[in-house]
Amino acid sequence: MANSATSINRTGSLSATGDVVVKFFEWFGNLGIFCAQWVRTAFTPPYELREFVHQFDELGSKSLPLVALAGAATGIVITLSTRDSLIRFGAKSLLPAVVVFSILKESGPIITALVVSGRAAAGIGAELGAMKVTEQIDAMEASAVNPYKFLVTTRVLACMLMLPLLTLVSDFFGILMGWIASTAAEPISLRLFIHNGFKDVTFHDFLPPTLKTIVFGLLIGMISCFQGMRASGGTEGVERAATNSVVLASLFIILADVLLVRLILVFFS
Amino acid sequence: MTKQMLDKQPREVSSKKTKSKSLPPAIQVESLSKSFGEQTVLKRISLEITQGETLAVLGRSGTGKSVLLKLIIGLHKPDAGSIRVNGAEVTNLPPKELNEVRKKVGFLFQQAALYDSLTVEENVAFPLRRHSKMSDGERNKRVHDLLASVGMDQDAHKLPAQLSGGMQKRVGLARALALDPEILLFDEPTAGLDPITAAETDDLILRLQKERHLASVVVTHDIHGARAVSDRLALLRDGEILIEGTFEDLRKSRDPFVVQFLNGS
Repeated sequence: MANSATSINRTGSLSATGDVVVKFFEWFGNLGIFCAQWVRTAFTPPYELREFVHQFDELGSKSLPLVALAGAATGIVITLSTRDSLIRFGAKSLLPAVVVFSILKESGPIITALVVSGRAAAGIGAELGAMKVTEQIDAMEASAVNPYKFLVTTRVLACMLMLPLLTLVSDFFGILMGWIASTAAEPISLRLFIHNGFKDVTFHDFLPPTLKTIVFGLLIGMISCFQGMRASGGTEGVERAATNSVVLASLFIILADVLLVRLILVFFS
Repeated sequence: MTKQMLDKQPREVSSKKTKSKSLPPAIQVESLSKSFGEQTVLKRISLEITQGETLAVLGRSGTGKSVLLKLIIGLHKPDAGSIRVNGAEVTNLPPKELNEVRKKVGFLFQQAALYDSLTVEENVAFPLRRHSKMSDGERNKRVHDLLASVGMDQDAHKLPAQLSGGMQKRVGLARALALDPEILLFDEPTAGLDPITAAETDDLILRLQKERHLASVVVTHDIHGARAVSDRLALLRDGEILIEGTFEDLRKSRDPFVVQFLNGS
């Protein structure tokens, strides 16, 4: 009797594990189909330029203050924590270079991507999710307008093109606040800070890390649109779409960063 | 609702048309089946609606009435069967050709489905902006005329959230009419409305049918409204058409489900 109960439990848990595995691959399969659909609609006319400009403006204007603030905070934290270590090793003069390099090469891009992921991915997931459950997307399709082209393509492209620009903003505020934090501890002129910080920086240190945010933008746009467009089940479905958009976009950004850092080291070191 | 109440003429039905079989069908549905997973929603449904005719599709909730409308406009793919809209087989049309068919079909959704980030006039202008070559002035005039025809021109600058359910449906109707469709699909046009607003909506549908000579399919629970606006009625049960005919045909039926549906108890 006990053996048969254990066997039933084991079969049940195996079946549950099987379901999870199937759902996992199904999710990736559907995401792949969604991406293929995006590629097809992105490069075929008519182009929704007006909606793209609207989304680009929305994303930029609403993310800018957050990105600037996050960049500034990162600059201060890097300066304060690094200064102490450098003093211990007698390399205090390297502080501007360490701040500039760490912000340009990693902190600026990744912090920008995570902040935009938190703000924009939730917004896009919730907006498209709400449109889906209230049949607005069906209404658009019934009006002979392709919702992938109008809603998805424009948002994904806006994310891809806006991320590098926002990264520049984050870099600027990070370095500026790094100098302020540094000069608060021990006065140093901005000119000297910039000179020492940038004297060994090449385009290979700046361009690839900044441009890798295009991939982060693609992930944010694609995952949040995907979650929003497949929302179902009323307000609960919308909430799920918004939450999953943020969580998955942030996770994919961090995983993609591992790969991109490696690729940049291989091709641009 | 009692049978006596149904015997009364609910409101003037002056624009009711007689079925004209000589005209080619605007919509022709043959042996249509649709399932979602294990659940079979429609089973071998066949219907025909000619130009200028209105068919009301009745049935309990969850019997596939709204799915039928979405199949007609190609929002869902059927498992089997054929759907011809103005002669075009929509079940296997490529997207571009399907969109050409959709431009000739107006769809009023159950909750109106207005784009909530756009104003009333932007909602109505949305299909025009994409599918017509009108100048801004011409488009504005067309939007204003459409909104005036549904009595909503005073609210052109409001957002959908600022409108009542009935007003949203009127705007949805104006949007559905924007591209001058030959066919109109109504998904529960009076659901959730008070009796007076529901009657006004039915009158509006009747007026539009009279003025534009459209082929229409009205999906509804409201037997009074269905009787008022339609030439024929089809009653769905368990995914199949139980009975199809005029209101009188339904009333003469002795099928317990038909009797119960008409009497409401």
